[in-house]
Amino acid sequence: MKPPRFEYHAPTTTEEALGLLARYGGEAKVLAGGQSLMPLLNFRLVRPAALIDLNRIAALAYIREVDGQVRFGAMTRQRAVEFSPVVRQRLPLLTEATRWVGHLPIRTRGTIGGSIAHADPAAEYPAVLTALDGEVVARSARGERTLRPRDLFQTYLTTTLESDEILTEVRLPAMPAGAGYAFEEFARRHGDFAIVGIAALIALEGRRVVRARLATAGAHPVPCRLRAAEEILERDGLNDEAIAAAAARAGELVEPDSDIHASADYRRHLTGVLTARALKRARARAGER
Amino acid sequence: MPGPVAVRLTINGTPREGRCEPRKLLVDFLREDLGLTGTHVGCEHGICGACTILVNGEAARSCIMLAVQAEGSEIVTVEGLARDGRLHPLQEAFREHHGLQCGFCTPGMLLAALDFLRMHPDPTESQIREGLSAVLCRCTGYQGIVNAVKAAAPVLRGGEHRP
Amino acid sequence: MSAATTKWVGRPVRRVEDARLLTGRGTFIDDHPPTGGVHHAAIVRSPHAHARLLGYDVAAALAMEGVVGVITGEDVAKSTRPFSVGVTAPVRYYCAATDKARFVGEPVAVVVARDRYLAEDAAEAVTVRYEPLPVVTDPERALEPDAPVLHEAVGTNLAGHRRLVYGDPDRAFGEADVVIRERFRFPKYGSTPIETYGIIARWDPLEGVLTVWSNFMGPFIMHPLTARVLGLPENKLRFIVPPDIGGSFGIKTSIYPYIALVGLAAMKTGVVVKWIEDRREHLLASSSGTDRIAERELAARRDGTVLGMRFKWLDNVGGYIRSPEPGCSFRPTGNFVGPYGFQHLEVDASVVMTNKSLTGPNRGYACGHLYFETEGMMDRLAERLGLDPAEVRRRNLLRPEQMPYRTPTGGLYDSGDYPAAFDRALELAGYSELRRRQARARAEGRSFGIGIALAVDPSVSNMGYVATALDPQFRAKPEYLPKSGAVDAATLKIDPLGRVTAILATTPQGQGHQTIVAQIVADELGLAPDDVTVVDEMDTFTRVWSISSGTYSSRFGSVGTSAVALAARKLKRKLCEYAAHLMDVPADQVEFSQGAVRRTNAKGPAYSIKDLAGRGHWHTDSLPAGMEPGLQATAVFGFSGAKAVDAEDRVNSSNTYGFIAEVMAVEVDLETAAITILRYVTVHDAGTIINPMIAEGQIYGGALHGLGGALYEELRYDESGQLLTATFMDYLVPTATEAPVIDIAHVVSPSPLTPLGSKGLGESSSMTVPAVIANAVSDALAPLGVRITELPMTPDRLWRLIRQARKPT
Repeated sequence: MKPPRFEYHAPTTTEEALGLLARYGGEAKVLAGGQSLMPLLNFRLVRPAALIDLNRIAALAYIREVDGQVRFGAMTRQRAVEFSPVVRQRLPLLTEATRWVGHLPIRTRGTIGGSIAHADPAAEYPAVLTALDGEVVARSARGERTLRPRDLFQTYLTTTLESDEILTEVRLPAMPAGAGYAFEEFARRHGDFAIVGIAALIALEGRRVVRARLATAGAHPVPCRLRAAEEILERDGLNDEAIAAAAARAGELVEPDSDIHASADYRRHLTGVLTARALKRARARAGER
Repeated sequence: MPGPVAVRLTINGTPREGRCEPRKLLVDFLREDLGLTGTHVGCEHGICGACTILVNGEAARSCIMLAVQAEGSEIVTVEGLARDGRLHPLQEAFREHHGLQCGFCTPGMLLAALDFLRMHPDPTESQIREGLSAVLCRCTGYQGIVNAVKAAAPVLRGGEHRP
Repeated sequence: MSAATTKWVGRPVRRVEDARLLTGRGTFIDDHPPTGGVHHAAIVRSPHAHARLLGYDVAAALAMEGVVGVITGEDVAKSTRPFSVGVTAPVRYYCAATDKARFVGEPVAVVVARDRYLAEDAAEAVTVRYEPLPVVTDPERALEPDAPVLHEAVGTNLAGHRRLVYGDPDRAFGEADVVIRERFRFPKYGSTPIETYGIIARWDPLEGVLTVWSNFMGPFIMHPLTARVLGLPENKLRFIVPPDIGGSFGIKTSIYPYIALVGLAAMKTGVVVKWIEDRREHLLASSSGTDRIAERELAARRDGTVLGMRFKWLDNVGGYIRSPEPGCSFRPTGNFVGPYGFQHLEVDASVVMTNKSLTGPNRGYACGHLYFETEGMMDRLAERLGLDPAEVRRRNLLRPEQMPYRTPTGGLYDSGDYPAAFDRALELAGYSELRRRQARARAEGRSFGIGIALAVDPSVSNMGYVATALDPQFRAKPEYLPKSGAVDAATLKIDPLGRVTAILATTPQGQGHQTIVAQIVADELGLAPDDVTVVDEMDTFTRVWSISSGTYSSRFGSVGTSAVALAARKLKRKLCEYAAHLMDVPADQVEFSQGAVRRTNAKGPAYSIKDLAGRGHWHTDSLPAGMEPGLQATAVFGFSGAKAVDAEDRVNSSNTYGFIAEVMAVEVDLETAAITILRYVTVHDAGTIINPMIAEGQIYGGALHGLGGALYEELRYDESGQLLTATFMDYLVPTATEAPVIDIAHVVSPSPLTPLGSKGLGESSSMTVPAVIANAVSDALAPLGVRITELPMTPDRLWRLIRQARKPT
């Protein structure tokens, strides 16, 4: 299990990386944290002509608060996210979700941008991006664009990023103060990709739900925003009946597939169960701050 | 075809240098080019954790890192833990609490545990288990390892133990 | 001579092995090249589960700079013989595919190159032409008349079949008040030690010697078998095992075909060839336990007394049958009845070949299967009769006054107080309180369950059991050579300063042999463990060994330690004779105590070991007339009860038999089907415990391995024979978060058969956890009528059972 041969470039600026990417015309792969790409290389399941390693681009690793958003350079390590006080304060849902991303030694290398660009629908970060309705910045030598989750994720491991584009930044709106949140996940072992995960965010004004956000991991070919379930909560509040109704609706909104770890039926069922559990935990937290 | 490239890095406090193909995995570079066979290969896809080392102070899998990526970095391997003929307190605890049997996962387990304890100096048992779930062990059922990490935590909190 | 005082045996002495292993100075097979000029092999493997080999094109690979050679199935067919198999069916099992590939991952060619990266590049450049053939992976389907046949020469996929009858099972079933039937499925799962297989082979053509370094664990019967395959005299094939092996759990028995293959590559290419198995290869093609379909029947009286059982097994051994299979069916012959007293048994065992990877020993070898079924049946009996599952077992348990007990199948249980150990487990678990908790939980609508599993834990297999696979008529032929035995050797030598070196022929994989031997020798000779150096690097050229040597079948705690104790006692006798001669008194007037020989009347000088060693080495003339110079002793310990299988298929298939009693409480989350272990108690009787720390470590490891098979691990194939779990992302080895907290206790019934009273413990709870957790989950879900008959209990599978049960009928 040794990687095939490839040319290797470690640019120190994004511009340089974009130039290299354009030069290889789709034959190169961008290497971020490598926690998914390197295993694929070792299994020889991918054979790029070249690797363009982003790990030397210092300018791509940052966490900044800008205009009510928290902005992450794509090469920000998951570990940096996990221990960031800014994230804990502004995006506690992301802090909680990060603990489910692999293991600490994986998060040492794994990056927020790499996880989102890899677009594994069972991964946690795409679900959080979707629940929080954030956006990502994609750059190429041709220019820059921002994409919403629904415009980014196409299907399993597939995004709308062009072969000359690099995802350079992730922007997440800060969670409203006092918002309830929870990341619920069911996996066969700790650290595995989710069979199903649910990211939930609840903003209350008094007893009224002014904003409910629910998104899935593992239940759908892309992270699935459970808008119809959110609407039930925004209409009926956070009582047990509303939560049960939202959970039942959630199970109807996803189109899971079967694999060796779980059948589609079971995933659909778990989507409802975990939605209810996430909402109950979010409810208990709402107004904590 | 890409030729060999130079890799210069600091390992266990000593500057080292070697030449390898860009595709060479860091763990193979450590073992084959630098002769540091304490770091083990267990799965080559980042799951078992036997190859875990510290890269710039943080635990990482050396089977899913390229040697060239380690250029300029500070690396600690299992060979760097004992000092002046004395075991590191975490190694002592593993010995005391039967935290190893065959010893094959042990190097990765030690370095993952060390990083975990740095980030969680006063962990609960369930945090320890979650932290140790980064490395697979087939011999011990993990109990001896959990006990060792639990016992080492206050010792490490109390003193300055580099790395 | 007085009995040795046990100052060290029985104590949790810290391990000698740890210092090197904790500091990265272990010597595993991949660590230190034992010789120069090492080249690296990569193996080309079949992507098809069943395909005829039409030809090879190796030119592109050979043209690559740095590639020194390629060998293919043609070379294998030309230059090697097939391995002997344990059945009479004409299965031709070569070290690589020669005519057809019969499972995905079967070796078809080997590339040797300057380094492994290049070898893998070249392996990709080898073209093999295949004609894909129909595939069969299910053992029931494989026996249907129109199923694809793997081995044309055999003509069927049935590699072997035996119907074993003990007592009069038909009468027992005829007289029974209740008869219970159930069908079980046990999954195919492996050992997955973190260190994979590794081999380095060097061919010295002028001497005609092939030297192979590998992490082979034995048994060393595979040495002569491999020599025969390669056409080498046994004294021209040298097996060397490095001091450290990174775990095995049974699987490193099955490396030997690769030893032949890599050895052949070395002989053909003329370079030293190293091959380290990668994880994908390990999951695809190393070895695993068998998957089994079992039909069980149990006959009992109304009072719960079991009268007899019938086992009907389909054991799936994969594409070929590789020795020591069909041990999957017969290794537990002597303990088929487990800890129970019933006398009538029928075993109908079919060994089936399908297009899956090959099987072999995996921790608990076949006992996990056996007890999963038997203990499941005991619970069903309890349920049918309205008895507590503990009570129904108690009514059938063998009693201490029956020991030593000859089982109807020929086993000789050497010692044990099963009821006491069982009571200890129930007490430790707080069984009555657990039942009360269960009642409360059920009242609250929660699914709380309690499982029990009891097992006889066999250690030190008697090589003779393998012949159970053969018909008695075949075994009765004059040309048939009966088989029996379980021996180990140890040599102790005292250096001129009185320190002891112990030399073993074992292949430890983490069991701490160096520590344990130092403890035993220290006690026997009145030394400190630090005074004893233990060398356990197996080498067939230098060690005293035999067919059964090796570290498998939980042998060391029983047979290996016995050889050490005997060698020490032999040495002590010599020291006593020597000292008596120096004191000029008869040998029966001296005794060995506290590291010195003294007169029994305590008069006169004492001669310490150091003293005797100095004199003995420096002044051989001081030895009594006729005494062999040199202070050393070799002892070979063998069990006299290891006999060949008899004409009625009875065999004492192991030599020492421990006992395990377990209680587990679980809660099942009906929404997610997640299982939480709330309490887990295991009580073991393994005779004398030499090092309780090491013993506990074995139990923890064994238990988690069993839990892996029960909940997480499975080598799953699709219908085309492709392995679906070929990575550690899909083959789920439990982590620290899945590992339960275990309450361990020991009951000690020393074995009368071993000098120290010890028995093996290495497989331990791996054989009971599948049973105890299946029973606990079945109990939790009893109100729904769900019974676990198939493992692993994945959440998906369990959720389906729950959903099915809840559906209104």
